[in-house]
Amino acid sequence: MEIKVLGPGCPKCHETEKIVREALAESGVAANVTHVSDFQEMAMLGVFATPAVVIDGQVKVSGKVPAKKDVLAWLGK
Amino acid sequence: MKPLHLEGTPKGACCACKTQCAPEQDAHLKPGLPLPRLAAVLAALVVWWLVYDALPGLSKLLTYEVLGIAQGSHLAESVEFFLYDTPKVLMLLTLVVFGVGVIRSFFTPERTRRILAGKSEAVGNVMAALLGIVTPFCSCSAVPLFIGFLGAGVPLGVTFSFLVSAPMVNEIAVVLLYGLVGWKVAALYVGTGLAVAIVSGLVIGKLNMERHVEDWVQQVRLDPDAEPDAEQTWAGRLDAGVAAVRDIVGKVWPWVIGGIAVGAGIHGYVPEGVLASIMGKEAWWSVPAATLLGIPMYSNAAGIIPVVQALMEKGAALGTVLAFMMSVIALSLPEMVILRKVLKVRLILVFAGVVGAGIMLVGFLFNAII
Repeated sequence: MEIKVLGPGCPKCHETEKIVREALAESGVAANVTHVSDFQEMAMLGVFATPAVVIDGQVKVSGKVPAKKDVLAWLGK
Repeated sequence: MKPLHLEGTPKGACCACKTQCAPEQDAHLKPGLPLPRLAAVLAALVVWWLVYDALPGLSKLLTYEVLGIAQGSHLAESVEFFLYDTPKVLMLLTLVVFGVGVIRSFFTPERTRRILAGKSEAVGNVMAALLGIVTPFCSCSAVPLFIGFLGAGVPLGVTFSFLVSAPMVNEIAVVLLYGLVGWKVAALYVGTGLAVAIVSGLVIGKLNMERHVEDWVQQVRLDPDAEPDAEQTWAGRLDAGVAAVRDIVGKVWPWVIGGIAVGAGIHGYVPEGVLASIMGKEAWWSVPAATLLGIPMYSNAAGIIPVVQALMEKGAALGTVLAFMMSVIALSLPEMVILRKVLKVRLILVFAGVVGAGIMLVGFLFNAII
């Protein structure tokens, strides 16, 4: 699974990444997490509000920090 | 690429000013009016009012009876001012941030983009400036939002009207101005802030500067109708208001207290009229000086307004003070650095120049008529 956390580096973006990592640790799902801070790459992924989470090319949330239970649901747990 | 830690600067508290990144809304709740939540909100309002009403008496009691400071001394004036203004402003802030948080749940960035996408200039500029007040916005999301607006076909000038208004005309500035300086100045600030946003956007639109947007940004296309809004319930909206209070008031309170403490010091110790010669109406150069001084300074509204109030009390002219405040909040170096990723240098300079000129105009106007 390929997870991208998008954000230019604001506290909300770091919070999002933390929640995603926590959800991964909790669910035991193996995934590669990368942080995208380049605006061009964000636009190509179809994201126009940050923070955002993209899983396997699909935008799961944009414009707010997701709740951990939402992330767990995306992971199929 | 190195991520820009824009939020590490004091202006970063601005991220706290809008709820976009914050609310953890639960969209899965049942529709309909949530009676227990409404009852809780009403009860909270009653308690709020009772406490607010008792504040002037409480602050006097604390200053003169509990702390036992002699009436009429510099210290007494400063302490009473601080003990009255701090809870007053924080309470007003909580109330308004809650209300705005609920209102914002009606205006997602996607929806605002959709509203603005088909609009011509002029009408579009006015609407963009107004939507800038109610759309969730934070400085960390400004650039992606900008790209999204342009990609959806919102004209460049209209997009700029939004980008100027969104950070400048915000509920924190309005509450602090209302609470510390009075409703007239608060209304003037909102009115002139909107005017600067509308006119700056119109001017930038007329200059046909589309080619000074970075090339890759011009290639972005998106269907404005592609992202449907998630269904929002009333319970979700009330929760969004609570989340906004937790997020915004939770971050901004040290700024408010620090600002009021500095303001209280000026209030008690600086003699009346001392600023009239350098920040008064007669000193014409004070307006451009205040505007320029405001650009490298980045504080948020919460930190700057208590100081501004104290300055006015000691003889600074309203126009000069308005110009200073707008410049501090609307024009900031870190924002320009981050905008460089999507705009070519010339457009950034035009943006800063046009907005700066608008701000100075506001300053001169008010120094001339009041």
